[in-house]
Amino acid sequence: MSHTITVTINGKLESAQVEPGMSLLDFLRAQGLTGTKQGCGVGECGACTVLVDGTPVDSCLFLAVWADGKAVRTIEGEARGHELSPVQEAYLEAGAVQCGYCTPGLVMTTTAFVEKHAGKPVSREDIRRGHAGNLCRCTGYTTIVNAVESCLKK
Amino acid sequence: MFAVEKYHKAHSVAEAVRLLAADPFAVPIAGGTDILVKLREGHREYANLVDIHAMPELTPITLEPDGSLAVGAGATFTQVIESELVQRHSPVLAEGASWVAGPQIRNVGTVGGNICNGSVCADSVPPLLVLDAELELQGPDGSRRIPLRGFHTGPGKVARGHAEVLTRIIVPPAPTGSFGAASIKYAMRQAMDITTIGCAASILLENDRIQWLKLAFSVAAPTPVRCPAAEAAAFGQPLDAATIAAVQAAVAADVSPRTSWRAPADFRLHIIRELAARAIDKAAARSAQPGRSTA
Ligand SMILES: Cc1cc2nc3c(=O)[nH]c(=O)nc-3n(C[C@H](O)[C@H](O)[C@H](O)COP(=O)(O)OP(=O)(O)OC[C@H]3O[C@@H](n4cnc5c(N)ncnc54)[C@H](O)[C@@H]3O)c2cc1C
Ligand code: FES
Ligand code: FES
Repeated sequence: MSHTITVTINGKLESAQVEPGMSLLDFLRAQGLTGTKQGCGVGECGACTVLVDGTPVDSCLFLAVWADGKAVRTIEGEARGHELSPVQEAYLEAGAVQCGYCTPGLVMTTTAFVEKHAGKPVSREDIRRGHAGNLCRCTGYTTIVNAVESCLKK
Repeated sequence: MFAVEKYHKAHSVAEAVRLLAADPFAVPIAGGTDILVKLREGHREYANLVDIHAMPELTPITLEPDGSLAVGAGATFTQVIESELVQRHSPVLAEGASWVAGPQIRNVGTVGGNICNGSVCADSVPPLLVLDAELELQGPDGSRRIPLRGFHTGPGKVARGHAEVLTRIIVPPAPTGSFGAASIKYAMRQAMDITTIGCAASILLENDRIQWLKLAFSVAAPTPVRCPAAEAAAFGQPLDAATIAAVQAAVAADVSPRTSWRAPADFRLHIIRELAARAIDKAAARSAQPGRSTA
């Protein structure tokens, strides 16, 4: 009952066989892309966030078949060689990473958030609401909000 | 792996209806934010899927010739929130949708799924109830249009035929004049939390008297409800403290809150009365805003 999907992952076009019950998260991890993390598995923690055609989704609650014909971005695609993406750099500078489990998901959420809000007035409250789908057990969030704020200023 | 047993991708509503009619156990899946969680929890009744995810036929948000707003059942919460038409015609629907979960869920979850899952905590339902929204359903015998009010028949139950697909949610034009609407969610956290009590109100004022009040709640009874007793208490009255108190007293006849781990029944009733007052207040304030006759 498997289906063939054609999906662009971090800029590279791939074709693969997936079962209809396979989540996008399991698909990505099976491709060796283990940067995307599973926390809750039911849409509550955001650790599994990836971008599908630029939109953040919880890949644990998203069927792999739905990615057919789409472009998926994961944390692996963000750095250019040894050069971090501006969002990753901002997380590093702001000290927004502790254990790091939430970080791949948060970086993807921030990446989409910054692209969407570039040049618009954004409050810290807006940043908090825009990141409400990502839980972090360690940082207390302030440093994360600082990191997002500094990205928006750049 | 989700325990999907059968899976068919539908390419049109007509095909989805045919696939559903052919399999007594099949269910439509749109955003999957309810169904995939249920499958993860081991509910086998969602194992046969007819996939209507992001079907182009189900996503448009349009203005009808009579001025009604038609929201495709497959529109995501984010599409509703960001729709200029929704903002202009019924911003209270965008307000209700913005209470749902977090961005990732709002990017995928649909208004149609929120209505059809029959959940008593659906955040898009109270605003649609006070706007007198109608539902358009397509089934094997064609299309029918019914009021949203009455569609919820019990906890987790709706009056959708097995092979019917909800295609559009239709919001009639707002009345001209001093009209305003508001939607409030009471939950323990500001985000990513299921509603303890949800409330929406719409109000039409004329010469400072209440022409009509429409009030609706989620999680206040076994289904989302409108409040005929509270609405009657406001009819024709001035918008003042005595009227609000009368509405707050009357609303007890419209609801039957229950005790759960989230909140005991008497606390829920307290919140219901408080939210009624706040929602009316907010709706009335919006109705008075110059240059903003629809809210
Ligand atoms: C972490 C998390 C947080 C959440 N928080 C909230 C919240 O705060 N507020 C809230 O209201 N909800 C919340 N939800 C629930 C869920 O996101 C919503 O109910 C959403 O609207 C469901 O839509 P969907 O398209 O994902 O539905 P699906 O899971 O695809 O379907 C839900 C039901 O509707 C049926 N269905 C879907 N579309 C149609 C159609 N067009 N015609 C006929 N039947 C259809 C399906 O068969 C199924 O029975 C949350 C869910 C998660 C996972
Ligand atoms: S693992 Fe997907 S949201 Fe928690
Ligand atoms: S850094 Fe540990 S969960 Fe966020």
